[in-house]
Amino acid sequence: MQDFSFVAGDYDVIVIGAGHAGVEASLAAARLGCRTLMATLSMDNIALMPCNPSVGGPGKGHLVRELDALGGEMGVNADKTCIQFRLLNTGKGPAVHALRAQADKKRYQLQMKETCENTEYLDVKQLLITELLLTEDRDAVRGVRAETGEIYLAPVVVMATGTYLKGRIIIGETQYAGGPSGQRAAFSFSDSLARAGVALMRFKTGTPARVDARTLDFEEMEIQRGHEDAPNFSFLTEERTREQVPCYLTYTNEETHRILRENMGRAPMANGIIEGIGPRYCPSIETKILRFPGKDRHQLFLEPEGLHTNEIYVQGMSTSMPMDVQIAFLHTIPGLRHARVMRAGYAIEYDCIDPLQLKASLEFKAIRGFFSAGQANGTSGYEEAAAQGLIAGINAAMRIKGEKPLVLKRSEAYIGVLIDDLVTKGTNEPYRIMTSRAEYRLLLRQDNADLRLTPHGRRIGLVTNARWAKFEQKRAAIKGAMQELKERLIRPSQETNDRLEAAGLLPIKTAMPVGDLLRRQGVTYAHLAQVFSLAPLEKDVCEEVETMVRYEGYIQKQLDQVAHVERLEAKLLPESIDYADVPSLRDEAREKLAAIRPHSVGQASRISGVSPADVSVLLVYLEQRRRMRQGERGGETRV
Amino acid sequence: MKSDTISAIATPRGEGGIGIVRISGSHALSVADAVFRARSQKALAEAASHCAVYGCVVERDGTPVDEGLALVMRAPHSYTCEDVVELQCHGGQSVMRRVLARTWEAGARAAERGEFTKRAFLNGRIDLAQAEAVMAVVEARSDRALKMAQGHLAGHFSDRIRAMRHQILSMVAHIEAAIDFPENEVDDVLDVDLTRDITRLAEEIRGILSTANAGRILRDGLLTAIVGRPNVGKSSLLNALLREERAIVTDIPGTTRDAIEEYADVGGVPLRIIDTAGIRATEDTVERIGVERARDYAARAALVLALFDRSRPLGEEDEAILSLLKKKQAILLLTKADLPPKTTREDLLARVKAMGVVSASGSMPQVIEIAAQAKGGVDRIGFDVLTDAVCRIAYQDAAEGDEADFVADARQADALRRAEEHLRAAILTMEQEMGLDFVSIDLRSAVEALGELTGETVGDAILDEIFSKFCIGK
Repeated sequence: MQDFSFVAGDYDVIVIGAGHAGVEASLAAARLGCRTLMATLSMDNIALMPCNPSVGGPGKGHLVRELDALGGEMGVNADKTCIQFRLLNTGKGPAVHALRAQADKKRYQLQMKETCENTEYLDVKQLLITELLLTEDRDAVRGVRAETGEIYLAPVVVMATGTYLKGRIIIGETQYAGGPSGQRAAFSFSDSLARAGVALMRFKTGTPARVDARTLDFEEMEIQRGHEDAPNFSFLTEERTREQVPCYLTYTNEETHRILRENMGRAPMANGIIEGIGPRYCPSIETKILRFPGKDRHQLFLEPEGLHTNEIYVQGMSTSMPMDVQIAFLHTIPGLRHARVMRAGYAIEYDCIDPLQLKASLEFKAIRGFFSAGQANGTSGYEEAAAQGLIAGINAAMRIKGEKPLVLKRSEAYIGVLIDDLVTKGTNEPYRIMTSRAEYRLLLRQDNADLRLTPHGRRIGLVTNARWAKFEQKRAAIKGAMQELKERLIRPSQETNDRLEAAGLLPIKTAMPVGDLLRRQGVTYAHLAQVFSLAPLEKDVCEEVETMVRYEGYIQKQLDQVAHVERLEAKLLPESIDYADVPSLRDEAREKLAAIRPHSVGQASRISGVSPADVSVLLVYLEQRRRMRQGERGGETRV
Repeated sequence: MKSDTISAIATPRGEGGIGIVRISGSHALSVADAVFRARSQKALAEAASHCAVYGCVVERDGTPVDEGLALVMRAPHSYTCEDVVELQCHGGQSVMRRVLARTWEAGARAAERGEFTKRAFLNGRIDLAQAEAVMAVVEARSDRALKMAQGHLAGHFSDRIRAMRHQILSMVAHIEAAIDFPENEVDDVLDVDLTRDITRLAEEIRGILSTANAGRILRDGLLTAIVGRPNVGKSSLLNALLREERAIVTDIPGTTRDAIEEYADVGGVPLRIIDTAGIRATEDTVERIGVERARDYAARAALVLALFDRSRPLGEEDEAILSLLKKKQAILLLTKADLPPKTTREDLLARVKAMGVVSASGSMPQVIEIAAQAKGGVDRIGFDVLTDAVCRIAYQDAAEGDEADFVADARQADALRRAEEHLRAAILTMEQEMGLDFVSIDLRSAVEALGELTGETVGDAILDEIFSKFCIGK
């Protein structure tokens, strides 16, 4: 096999995997003109959703909006195939509004498969990749080898291997090798990575049972409907009239907990079968019982997996308990007393890479042309995977074109927060995005994702003319409205105050720009338009303008903070820097800096173990070095 | 390049003829304009670079703190290569501290140790040879400054700050959990509970801050003026105060005002007495009327000891002295208690009442009878009463015996004050129903301010708190 070198294909970019990261990476690279191969274990499982049937939520919904603003596919695909939409957090501030939708899993997959298969420059093939091929110097990729022996060449390879690497499924005392949802696992590729010097970690995640809709007592549960007026994920989606399928809410009880407690000795995490580290925010039901013994009930959502299936996902009930225990505790729950299990809940353990080995472009620091994205980087969730896939795909194309990679700032996008966290802090559990991870949350609203990112997408080449035209129209409308609100002065005349009162608003005492009224509690643009005959605005423009005016003080404060840290981001740390040579660094900082090799002082400042004093030391060192260089150059010219 | 604006007292501590508060950064001019009124009424932002402008440092309400010069140096032609304004005032520590505090109120922040020099270096102002020294300063900042901050905060006080910080952190975690997991059963964050808890914490910080005044007095002394008409016994009181404890601490002649200050230890409270030389001089030359001088003293002092001759009826000069005491912290002393009385305590109090002389907080001054000229020494009983009165004024809300827990450092006080402001802002945000996101922003700022005291940063603490407290997940 070693010498077998039948070259079956020659590409610009090869993407290993066709999950949420893989499809975004492949679509982005191909749309940017790169001849791209997307290798998937199964043509039937492109964009598979092996866990919950939903897209979005706080932070996650923000990612989808951002991805869409850049020209990614997930938002468009979700709008076409989701069967329930809800806008969450509406009372908690404009920055944390979050769109969440229930997907029809099969429709979601088919739609995405169709899009991929019909994208120019994109080849989709069913292949199990077993080996990463490196150049002779072993510092750059050359291509990949498939299980069947043939090789595919490309100067850029993106791994988006999800939870498939040495995947192991665990249900009680039963365990077997496998990927999620009855898929094959990929065994050889992990070893190939290890040979290439890539450091691996072992993580764990899990999923609940699916039950048969025909066997549920819906009247015993609380119905939860979608919001008819919820917005779309994509800035492109014009209108939406679709069936909204409800979900159902129920709770565990003392009896459920008793069964779990009595069988705790048989839980794989208790009997030592599970070694991987699971996420804290997505604990299995057995972990919940152990960690929160005082809680007398846990909430469960029953979510349909699609319009053409009876499978219902039991959200909140992730478990790897033995089958008899799963069935027994499900039957204690109102609404589920007669539930027939269609698929068992399981835990899955898998290899992923330590993301500290990556640059912010998602390229490995040590292997040129090799990128990694998605759950393989130690994250969790479809949206996190898709966001990384898009960036990896864009930067794969940038690598081919010899252009600068796209690195989004923390102050610019949740995508920036996500990737910066991964490559700067690493992660010791499957990483999930949360709005509380973003320090400039108020700037990173889902309503302004296009204002923040569509210009980037346009520059790169992923934003179509149609999207750009729509965007420019919206941006101009916002600008015009903001100008009017700031520049048009209103005076406290009798007539003005009469009109205000007629509209149910308080009178004014001093002259002010008309926009200032928006800062009063309960005043909307619609009020002002009525009283002062301002131009009517589209709904999205109106919301944007109201938010910008109403929260201007807080927004400005965050912008000031951004300007402050930007100075550190702009101070680049040369790749040649030897931290052993930097005097006065504390040992811990020296080790961390040498291992992570941050690209800027700003990134260095976020590494745990690097103190503000170490940052000062770096700044002074950089300046010393700069002047020394300058001095040398000056000396040479004199000679 | 945009930089935040820093300020610090640039002259050495202690009494000097002139003290300088230096402000540097992109908002230096606007900060200076917020605290300095030029005589010409022109804004410093319009002043030419490297020009001295005469005027006055003022309180928020416009009342003067001190007169002085503002020296504007525009970027890049300044020590730090940023916009710099130096406010040159009279060198008294309490005045300088007030000037500094005003710059903070106007948006500057306290400069770190060696930060002006660091900026000078980073902006290319200082040459390479000096870089070593800069490094040393930076280094000192790294470990020593932190240790110092922590050392200052040893024990009970630091536990209290840490506990408060943790309580606020818990509230943030609760809010964040409710935001990031909206459909989970994170108990609803109840506005009433939040408002109650935040208010309680703000009050607690205010309580700690009330020790800041006492802490500062204990460290730097209480600036005290002795006023009264000639021959009332000022010099005798001064001598008695100084002789009483034999505690002359310093004796530094100033230059601008010819003032000599001396420290008297009164019951453990250091009184810094203004112009002891002047007091002695006026006593010697009876003709010189003390009122003009008294007006000046009283204006500068934090505590005024006003003397009235018990053996003579109250005169015009006494009324003039009384009128200086409005809104001041004052103790009235009826001297010569050993001579037959012409003015009783009741007479004096009646006059005080008639003239409406009350302290800033609205209380009537205390009257103490004292026989300072008793043969060969001191009126022991009178002095004990005086000592009690001084201590009460110095300590105010702070408890004697808890000195170790007092906030003694201006930076600590600044951090506490900011923490309190952010908590009050959070309450306001809730009242205006702006949403939990904004409450969280205010609370995080408060956590950060308290973290400056304990040396803790937020980092992943909030996430850890969320996951340890709330059962969250799908």
